[in-house]
Amino acid sequence: MKVQTGTSRVRRRVLKAAAASAALSTLGFPAIVRAQATRLRVGVVLPRSGVQGFIGQSCQKGADLAPGVIKEMLGVDIEIMSADNESNVDVSRTRGERLVQEGAHVLVGAFDSGQTAALAQVAEQRGVPLVINIAAAPQITEQGYKFVFRNFQTAPDIVRNGLALIGDLFQATNTVPRTAVFMHVNDTFGMAMAKGIAAVMPRQTQLPFKIVDTIQYDVATKDLTVEVSKAKASKADFVLLVCRLNDAILLRREMVKQRWNPMGIVSPGSPGMYEEQYFKTLGKLSEYSISNVPWYNPRAELTKVVEKAFLKQNPKDKLVFNGLNVGFTFEAILIAADAFKRARATDPKALTAAIRQTNITSKMMLGAPIKFNEKGQVEGIGSACVQNLNLVPTVVLPAVVATAKPVFPWPHYQA
Amino acid sequence: MPIELVVNVVIAGVLTGLVYGLMALGLSVIFGVVRVVNFAHGEMMTIAMYATVVLFASLQLDPFLAVVPVGAAFFVFGYALQAGLINPFITRPEHSQFMLLLAVAIVMVNGLLMVFGPDARNVQVDYQLESYAIGPILFDKARVYASATAVAASAALFAFFKFTRTGKAIRACADNYLGAKVVGLNVRRYYALTFGLGSACVAVAGCMMILLVDVSPVLGPAYTLLAFVIVIVGGLGSMAGALLGGVLIGVSEALAGLFIQPSAKSMFSFALLILVLLLRPQGLLGRKP
Repeated sequence: MKVQTGTSRVRRRVLKAAAASAALSTLGFPAIVRAQATRLRVGVVLPRSGVQGFIGQSCQKGADLAPGVIKEMLGVDIEIMSADNESNVDVSRTRGERLVQEGAHVLVGAFDSGQTAALAQVAEQRGVPLVINIAAAPQITEQGYKFVFRNFQTAPDIVRNGLALIGDLFQATNTVPRTAVFMHVNDTFGMAMAKGIAAVMPRQTQLPFKIVDTIQYDVATKDLTVEVSKAKASKADFVLLVCRLNDAILLRREMVKQRWNPMGIVSPGSPGMYEEQYFKTLGKLSEYSISNVPWYNPRAELTKVVEKAFLKQNPKDKLVFNGLNVGFTFEAILIAADAFKRARATDPKALTAAIRQTNITSKMMLGAPIKFNEKGQVEGIGSACVQNLNLVPTVVLPAVVATAKPVFPWPHYQA
Repeated sequence: MPIELVVNVVIAGVLTGLVYGLMALGLSVIFGVVRVVNFAHGEMMTIAMYATVVLFASLQLDPFLAVVPVGAAFFVFGYALQAGLINPFITRPEHSQFMLLLAVAIVMVNGLLMVFGPDARNVQVDYQLESYAIGPILFDKARVYASATAVAASAALFAFFKFTRTGKAIRACADNYLGAKVVGLNVRRYYALTFGLGSACVAVAGCMMILLVDVSPVLGPAYTLLAFVIVIVGGLGSMAGALLGGVLIGVSEALAGLFIQPSAKSMFSFALLILVLLLRPQGLLGRKP
């Protein structure tokens, strides 16, 4: 981050005053308010109800702790304006519009790729920067958008990292599964992941298995009987799963009901199985499920600061159950606040230009520093192999950050 | 494709379809007698599911035992709803009834959101993850119990309408409104009784459905729509048709999921609906107007 000298600060202030008087004569009073704002208003759009409600609420915890932590870190005042998009693409668009009308200087959200794509359109149309917390569909940053930035892996990156970690998992556990059944949700994220797997798998020649069947299902499904029956009939060694939370719970229950015991469930990079609700609902059934996902660095200084703030706000909760959601949501707001500090303005164009110049090295999530490429995408975000052990999501790979050894194949469930 | 896979999927479809059928039966009974389309049907089932969750969480009451208090409470609720709110609308244009029940549905969904929040809830009973096995054929215990209860509740309702004086009086009101009034039947009271019975029916279905799916406030509209599809396929106003429609929808969804694409399975219920509307508009077991 660039340090401002006193002289440049004075010069900037003078320039700002000149700009303000010019704005007063040409654009009117509201423009001055925007330019001189001392507080950044961040519109956070998340699916806090509906099928993705649990995950949206988990992300919200990252937004709730951000103002306090960022004030201490950067000395910047931010105001969070929260909106619930009800896990719905259209509502996401209208909530985004409304936040901009109500004075949001920057948008953050929206966890789901479809909902985020809708929010990205609002950002472009209204010329307000959007910092994506979580959303993997690659097309969001492939459309030449000028105001959209993403600090999250794209689906092909998640798949590439996730499959590489699957190879590492088999190596670490000395196992050689030959077949997998690929099950995935059919929403924007699920389809993007499926495309990514189809593109990346042929190049991953070190992987010993082949996909014998692909089963897609509705993200809002209430029953997975048929899907699990089909998967069981494939006699695959393990389940390669791209899921959300509710369907992951349904799937695991249905596997037990149908007495199907493959070697395990491995997600090459999707939410669901490391979420607190997965553990709460399934209890011991949640054990041994594996998710290869972008994860936080438990040893990072910023993680400790965030964890402290998290526990203060959520004394009965644990960061580990919310790490990915809280971490990326917090970092998205941090990116906006950091840009605000450097731009010293809430003007959308100045903020956008400042976001483009971001270089945050002290971060919470695994991977390279936060720097946006010309498409507005951060590259080099890391993944970890997270296995549910003793009812806690536990990093088992890569070995350098692991806190336990992976268990694969999983022990068979006994009722 | 292995035959046991097809058999397993069909069995699951039949068992789920029977519970669907019981849910739609309530709608069919209410329409058959009162001639009011209950647009709050799915929402009422959602409330019954929440009631079962609350009874289970507070008293550890198994959903099968919860059928009695929840069913009774819904009978009273349905009776009061018809007597107090819907009866004045009986002679008004259909769109007034439609708007009234739609408003009731919206109030119910938002009331549930206010009380329980948006999160999905369920009950965790011992037998929920167990199944009976006959060779490679599996019968999900919860589904077996739920469908058996649905069949028993439907049989009791059939018997009530066929063999009791009150049941016959209700049928008389349904067959000839004016004639029933002429012979001195208190038609509005029987209407309220019917709405109570239909509500009790959907309550029992809700108690069973919570064993199969998690409940959230937004579940209601989807089940209202499903109930409509079932009764239109089976025949609006036909009790046997509602059960048949439920089973057909359950099995067609299951088979479509198996042979075509699981994500497209609900599409087939609507395809079946279009087919029935084209070839037999009164429904499979419905009477021609």
